[in-house]
Amino acid sequence: MQGNLKSSSYQQLEQKSKYTNMFLRWFLYFILIVFASYFIFPLYVMVVTSLKTMEEIRQGTLLSWPNGLNLESWAVAWGGRGYGAGDTFLRPYFWNSIKMVVPAVFFSTFIGAMTGYVLTKWRFKGDQWVFLFLLFGCFIPFQAILLPMARTLGVLGISNSVIGLVLVHTVYGIPFTTLFFRNYYISVPTELVKAARIDGAGFFKIFFKILLPISAPIIVVTVIWQFTQIWNDFLFGSTFSFGEAAPIQVALNNMVLSSTSVKEYNVDMASAIIAGIPTLIVYVLAGKYFIRGLTSGAVKG
Amino acid sequence: MFKWLEKNLPKIVMAPAVGLIGWFVYGFVLWTLYISFTNSKILPKYELWGFGQYEKLWASRKWLIAVDNLLIFTALFLIFCVVIGIILAIFLDQKIRAEGLLRTIYLYPMALSFIVTGTAWKWILNPTLGIQKMFRDWGFEDFTFDWLVDREMAIYTIVIAGVWQSAGFVMALFLAGLRSVEDEIVKAAKIDGASLFTVYWKILLPMMRPVFFTSFVILVHISIKSYDLIVALTQGGPGISTTMPALYMTQTAFHKSQVGLSAASAMMMFMAVAAVIIPYLYSELRRENAR
Amino acid sequence: MKTLKIEELSKNFGSTEVLKKINLEIDEGNFLVLLGPSGCGKSTLLNIIAGLETINEGDVFIDDYNVSKVEPKDRNIAMVFQSYALYPSMNVKENMIFGLKQAKTSKEKIQEQLEKVSKFLQVDQLLERKPSQLSGGQRQRVAIGRALVREPRIFLFDEPLSNLDAKLRVEMRREIKKLHQQLKTTVVYVTHDQTEAMSLGTNIAIMNHGVIQQNDTPEKIYNKPSNTFVADFIGSPSMNLIKGILKENSGDLLFTVGGSNLEIPIRDYDFKDKLNLNNKEVFFGIRPEHIFFKKFNESDFEINLRADLSEYIGHEQIMTFDYANQEVLAKFPSTIKIDLGKETKLYFDLTQASLFDAQTEERI
Repeated sequence: MQGNLKSSSYQQLEQKSKYTNMFLRWFLYFILIVFASYFIFPLYVMVVTSLKTMEEIRQGTLLSWPNGLNLESWAVAWGGRGYGAGDTFLRPYFWNSIKMVVPAVFFSTFIGAMTGYVLTKWRFKGDQWVFLFLLFGCFIPFQAILLPMARTLGVLGISNSVIGLVLVHTVYGIPFTTLFFRNYYISVPTELVKAARIDGAGFFKIFFKILLPISAPIIVVTVIWQFTQIWNDFLFGSTFSFGEAAPIQVALNNMVLSSTSVKEYNVDMASAIIAGIPTLIVYVLAGKYFIRGLTSGAVKG
Repeated sequence: MFKWLEKNLPKIVMAPAVGLIGWFVYGFVLWTLYISFTNSKILPKYELWGFGQYEKLWASRKWLIAVDNLLIFTALFLIFCVVIGIILAIFLDQKIRAEGLLRTIYLYPMALSFIVTGTAWKWILNPTLGIQKMFRDWGFEDFTFDWLVDREMAIYTIVIAGVWQSAGFVMALFLAGLRSVEDEIVKAAKIDGASLFTVYWKILLPMMRPVFFTSFVILVHISIKSYDLIVALTQGGPGISTTMPALYMTQTAFHKSQVGLSAASAMMMFMAVAAVIIPYLYSELRRENAR
Repeated sequence: MKTLKIEELSKNFGSTEVLKKINLEIDEGNFLVLLGPSGCGKSTLLNIIAGLETINEGDVFIDDYNVSKVEPKDRNIAMVFQSYALYPSMNVKENMIFGLKQAKTSKEKIQEQLEKVSKFLQVDQLLERKPSQLSGGQRQRVAIGRALVREPRIFLFDEPLSNLDAKLRVEMRREIKKLHQQLKTTVVYVTHDQTEAMSLGTNIAIMNHGVIQQNDTPEKIYNKPSNTFVADFIGSPSMNLIKGILKENSGDLLFTVGGSNLEIPIRDYDFKDKLNLNNKEVFFGIRPEHIFFKKFNESDFEINLRADLSEYIGHEQIMTFDYANQEVLAKFPSTIKIDLGKETKLYFDLTQASLFDAQTEERI
């Protein structure tokens, strides 16, 4: 070891570490900002493009600032031009998505809460295997169930309908919602349930009066996760619905791909933002819960 | 009767979930497996036909391209997401100003659908009005960036958009991992004279092994299933140059009406996912039981 | 030359003052224990000595050199942590030599040190193991070994025994004591456990609210606490503090409690200041172990108190008596039988008594 250092060498050490630190800090911020620009760039481009006219788009570059607050492409994307047939716009599909998301989120969350409750507080022989059985549903590639699902919906007479999509999303959401609630309830002391049972509360009373009131955080996580997943889904939407029953992501894709007339990039971008805005709002308002859901349920692609 | 009901109430409540998953997941996968051994075209037929569909699948040029693309995409997607994710996590871990804002920026793409992502990147990458034009307008007359319409390069545009969407997520995983490390370990390393680089390279990153594993599983899983992004960005084109297995499967089933063949491709995907997931689940369960 | 000297040191976290004008000195080879309740600032002080926390005001000197702005690695110190802080991905050997490697020590020297220390601590059979494969006591040894191989000027210990179970804690405490006796290095040791502090320290600094209350040898801390906080903190059960008034009566000084006729004469007490003692409000302090059930010394003072409660704890019992409506505790062998609710003859060893000003709570 160095033994007793002289005071002058102590001073040199101070100086050196000061300069290295300063350089490192600048480098750090530089890299962080470079990456931040990479991530923010597409959003910026989407917003400015949606505010430009086609003329501005042809003359300027991706980054150039729009001449004014031109909301026309937003109006077109949302409500169309009003010339009837062939005029595609997002409004009806946006409502399709809402009608699909709300019940599907509700049912899958409720079922997940009940199964999570049973799996942790009313344990029975082999419950671990039942959990594993359900959990595996998180991982299957949905291509492996598309064909029979299409036929089943046909047989039930609900193919190409919002109801059909509600069923699909409810069923394939159950593994995730169960996972969330099970992992949450497992940390709730079982003594709570025992005490309630001694006080004479039954199965449902314990759930509704004791567990549900303390489940707010996990309900938020689950609802946000399910909402984002179902809102953003394209595979099920495009496979099991077309035309008027389609959810918004399918409609967006159709709009962007339609080769009817000249490409209107400003309308495309406005549409993309409209389709993305509900989930973005949720993310900005409840980022903490969003991330918690992501890290525990992220296995879904 | 009432007694029995009360005693078995928990199991009765479990029944719908178990029944639904049993039917819609396990039943359907088995059905698909069965169909993959038949010569089904538009409508399913139920006479067994052996491995014919699998032979046909692996003889198909389009499927081979899809598998090739999947390998390229997975490798690059994995490397870039993990490297960028780790760099961002480590840098954000240095008591940065505006950490919350930066984190929000890195992670927001995860809230968007792949269709929105694909639409945005398609516009940015299109040669006539996108990035290429931007650079040319800035005076780089010869600047060329037309990967989107280049058969050889189009697959890399999917990597660019995919990494953009998912790197922030890997960052979040690693940041959470780094934050869970005990303070005292870093203090001990400082006293031992380790430089910041050494602290991360020799001590903290080796401790992140479970996070590496989780990221690996999740990213591979995302890439095997990737479908929406390709539909929105390239539709598998130009030609069939950016086809991937998930796209191959839906096209074969719903456009070409080759139900048996598409079931075979779905089963190949299923097996690929299982090969990654089953070891993962096994190790996770062992870890949970060890606690 | 002092091995470690701290001058007028202050530290804030935001608006909370954690350390207030701390002054402290340690001579070569001494074992200083920083003792205090949680949140008293003792760990922060240790981290500042290590260089892991910055200083708001004041300075730290090691061997008379001001190291206030020097990096931890250049301060010639080593530290043992509460959680051991072993690097989980490295085996025992790699853990122990990590610091030497960072300091670019020669391979031969590293090997030599490793062999010496691992033999000394009896971990030479464990060198290839990962920390997760070690028991608590073994981890503790490795953590100490990692500090030892660097041959530092000062050892810093941050509550190193608090994660061990009771039995192992006593064992490791003895080992640390032996270690210090053999190596004679300078140690600063943080703990909240008074037994640890008493048995290990050559000096104890008792801290509360960011201030050092008393810095003395263990004997002085125990026998002559400098204020009521120290008197109360050390000892189990802690010192009895009876509130009353000093009265001068024809040249004799008496401790009295209002509304009772109990009087204790104060004769050979070593006052700091003999002025203005009459009518002074004070706490009369006496430890439970200095109250006897029969006369041991000629000077013991006899007094009659009512027994209220007896707590049996095996080898001894703790009795609670009533002293003019204030509780007084005494420690007796458990074989002594005393009737509850009755007046009992007790003997106070007044040579061991302490007096504190009731206002300032300082020793008088």
